[in-house]
Amino acid sequence: MRGLSRSCATLGVVGVGAEGPVIEVDGLVKRYGVTVAADGLSFTAARGTVTALLGPNGAGKTTTVEVCEGYRRADAGLVRVLGLDPARAGRSLRPRVGVMLQEGAGLTPSARSVELLTHVARLHAHPLAVGPLVERLGLAATRRTAVRRLSGGQRQRLALALAVVGRPELVVLDEPTAGLDPQTRRATWELVADLQRDGVTVLLTTHLMDEAEQLADEVVIVDRGRVVARGTPAALTAGGGDGTVQFSAPPRLDTASLRAALPEHAEVEETAPGRYRVSGRLDPQLLATVTAWCATHGVLPHGLAVGRRSLEDVFLDLTGRDLGP
Amino acid sequence: MNVGTFTPRPGAAPLSRMLAAQAAFELRLLLRNGEQLLLTCVIPVLLLVALAAVPVVDLGEGTAVDVLVPGVIALSVMSTAFTSLAIATGFERRYGVLKRLAVSPLPRGGLLAAKVITVLALEMVQVVLVGGLGWALGWRPQGMPAAALVLVLVGTAAFAALALLMAGTLPAEATLAAANLVYVLLLVGGAVIVPLGRYPEPLHALIGATPAGALAEGLRAVLTRGEPLPWAAVGVLAAWAVACGTAAARWFRWE
Repeated sequence: MRGLSRSCATLGVVGVGAEGPVIEVDGLVKRYGVTVAADGLSFTAARGTVTALLGPNGAGKTTTVEVCEGYRRADAGLVRVLGLDPARAGRSLRPRVGVMLQEGAGLTPSARSVELLTHVARLHAHPLAVGPLVERLGLAATRRTAVRRLSGGQRQRLALALAVVGRPELVVLDEPTAGLDPQTRRATWELVADLQRDGVTVLLTTHLMDEAEQLADEVVIVDRGRVVARGTPAALTAGGGDGTVQFSAPPRLDTASLRAALPEHAEVEETAPGRYRVSGRLDPQLLATVTAWCATHGVLPHGLAVGRRSLEDVFLDLTGRDLGP
Repeated sequence: MNVGTFTPRPGAAPLSRMLAAQAAFELRLLLRNGEQLLLTCVIPVLLLVALAAVPVVDLGEGTAVDVLVPGVIALSVMSTAFTSLAIATGFERRYGVLKRLAVSPLPRGGLLAAKVITVLALEMVQVVLVGGLGWALGWRPQGMPAAALVLVLVGTAAFAALALLMAGTLPAEATLAAANLVYVLLLVGGAVIVPLGRYPEPLHALIGATPAGALAEGLRAVLTRGEPLPWAAVGVLAAWAVACGTAAARWFRWE
């Protein structure tokens, strides 16, 4: 009976603010001494969506999520999570928000992996079953391994499991796949997709373009503490007038020869070693010319993308700088 | 994991269940940690056995074991509530464990309570171990058990507050070094094993004002000499608990 009344009370809380955005950040300012980490940053995250804060290291992404998690107080601006002020309502927010710290930090080093997950599950009223979650994230083999002996990828997957085991409404992941093996990356992406499918709101930070494009409904591009652009990946990468053909191939191809083969006004650029961008009026002929030139020169273009800019280009256009590694 | 597996159903477990889970978890980790066990159980027991067998230090009044056991109980409290707690908490802070716990449903007060429960549970094991061994060696305690219990509880509060103050303000390595240093200094100079009466007279007031001196002397007053609860010692311990507790509440940094 007690359990029932508790869960009803919880549902009552869920009802509040169900209409509005799950996260609302308006004009967030956060300084550390003379460093301005967030400089009037604003965005919202709608219920059941995946929002990616995308930007280079030091852009203010971690500061922003840590304000949302209640770790830090905003110097100015409005921050609401599930309709509540995270600096004040920590106690009622904590069971509702699942958090994964950067690099999967904060895992008790001497605990065994599943032991830790089981323990955190016990702190929640209606946790996920630990067994299937362990299987799902490929942690079964590490069952009796101390956290300090886990690989980086295993640790990160465990941190992810801890963030979702309490069946939260909002999951906040700080750089969930940075520096990880492809297997862990894939497992993480699939899990985020499933969370979204089941109506969980996800906020994640990343400096990986493909991650943001792959996962996010809404991408918020952050640079130097400010939002420089936001929108769906498709909206952000559309536009720019003329189209582009981009591909990867061995570095230092003879771009002058390719340029000569193209129609007038088209441009060729090696944007990074081995990464080429042909821009101009996009039509089937342009693509055919590019691939014909490649065939003549014995080059197999891969990662061939037509007509849309990548988020990388968007970032470059907006800030004049690369996103970095 | 089917569709709907992750459908939100948030909620904290009842506080009592969270407390029990956290305390059991911490106790399990503590018992698995060899160094901590050495510090908290093996050293006091070895000291008791060694000093009872070969009285290298003159303990003065009474039978050796009657003087020794209260001191060894005080030492056990100090090693668990102070040294062990300080080191463990310092490294939890360093590894971000406290930061992660700060966003779990367990409230901060709950974490503190779980740590206190863990410390008290381990102390119970220690008292049974030391007391049982002492009994076998001929120890026959005097005085009121309740008075000894009060001293142990207030002493635990004093040492734990000091431990959390150090762990929450110093870097983990500094806490490790300082906690061990203070342990040794108090063991040798704090009238823990050797009664206050064997120290030079001018030092008595100073030693009696340390939590170690107050606890050990208080326990000897009750258990060796059968005196009633020594309020002066309780006062000293309570003052340490309040002062360090207030400072820790104010200056403790979670990361």
